[in-house]
Amino acid sequence: MQQSAETKDIKIIAFGIIAEKIGGRELVCNGISDTGALRQWLANKYPGLNGLKFSIAVNRKLVHENCTFDNESEIALLPPFSGG
Amino acid sequence: MSRFERQIILPGFGAAGQEKLRQAKVLVIGAGGLGCPALLYLAAAGVGTIGIADGDVVAVSNLNRQIIFGEGDVGKMKAEVAAGFLQKKYSDIRVEAIPKFLTASNSLPVIGKYDLVLDGSDNFPTRYMVNDACVLLSKPIILGAIYQNEGQVAVLNVMAEDQPLVDYRDLYPEPPAAYEIPNCNETGVLGVLPGIIGTMQAAETIKLLSGYGKPMINKVLVFRLPEFSFYEMGILPNAASKKKIPANAGAFAAMDYSIACAATVAINWGGALSMQSKYPDNVLLVDVREIDEKPVLKEIECINIPLSVLEKEYGRLLMADSILLFCHSGIRSEKAAYTLKKFYPAKNIYSIQGGLMHPQSPIHHQHHVT
Repeated sequence: MQQSAETKDIKIIAFGIIAEKIGGRELVCNGISDTGALRQWLANKYPGLNGLKFSIAVNRKLVHENCTFDNESEIALLPPFSGG
Repeated sequence: MSRFERQIILPGFGAAGQEKLRQAKVLVIGAGGLGCPALLYLAAAGVGTIGIADGDVVAVSNLNRQIIFGEGDVGKMKAEVAAGFLQKKYSDIRVEAIPKFLTASNSLPVIGKYDLVLDGSDNFPTRYMVNDACVLLSKPIILGAIYQNEGQVAVLNVMAEDQPLVDYRDLYPEPPAAYEIPNCNETGVLGVLPGIIGTMQAAETIKLLSGYGKPMINKVLVFRLPEFSFYEMGILPNAASKKKIPANAGAFAAMDYSIACAATVAINWGGALSMQSKYPDNVLLVDVREIDEKPVLKEIECINIPLSVLEKEYGRLLMADSILLFCHSGIRSEKAAYTLKKFYPAKNIYSIQGGLMHPQSPIHHQHHVT
């Protein structure tokens, strides 16, 4: 059965330590439409992310303010790397 | 035939591109896993002046990825070995060793002498400090960083037509605490990963300096080694994070980047002793009490460097990757941790909570420490 537009899963790609803490490099969310709500959802679902800082890209652009997205969007979670 | 013949005949690069490289001055910060491959290519390409800033010495565990160094270099200053190596290979460039860690109090005059900074450092306090210095001095940054199986490259702070100016704080507004993200000493890394990322940094540096191709200005690229996959993202200016950059040289010098990045970590005795037994070669336990303090310790394998002389004797800790500090109650070791972090921003520095008075302390039962 095909999913309706409202319930279609949104794909999230995680990098670095964020992928480690959520236990995989890809996850999906549903019914979330802005980056503020996404951060809240992630924090509730993955307590291991508590206190970790990361940036969010929506459609391959890093966003700063709370940014809305739709279920066609591609989301990426990018933490800073320190190693050299 | 010049040693640059093959790039001079390259359409679009030419003698003009070569001359731009010859006149360019590049500062490579960190002669490590990223800096080594970058340095080799910058020197081979004929970048006229190359500075190498690193206050660390070569360790055996560096040799899987820091490819300028060999077994005979262990214990020597990285900046001096690398500068000597490159200068011996190529007499037509100038290579300058800066054998010290750059800090907010010494970096502006150093960075000011160069046209561009290639950041191959290995810790957040240095990355934010270098960023702010480059913003104040209007120097482009070619950033590289790695974490375990992934690497990032970004071209920042470049004045370009139709492009806003973005810097590291637009990419990551908030400095993370050091303990949030373990470094290579803790997570391990295949040497070829920083080799790839450092080589990409060199490529972007050469392109930006010579005007060849389209450097990835205002973008960050993530490379994943296991799948050999790439993910590129655009960086947009962030008005709020710009305000965190010191307004002038005086404010910059007064900024404590180690505290801004919450660089020291508290640890308990159990964690400290298990770390020491797991990595006996890289972890050093340090008693920072004064010489005459009781009890005298026989139960713990450690060295004694009193807090009162720590600023003079920090050189004794150069070879350790992680330093575990303790005192009577945990207060002086906390101070010592902040002091040491200024000298060694890349080392993992811990203060053991509660010190020898803590019930978990290995000597607590025997001596009834009060």
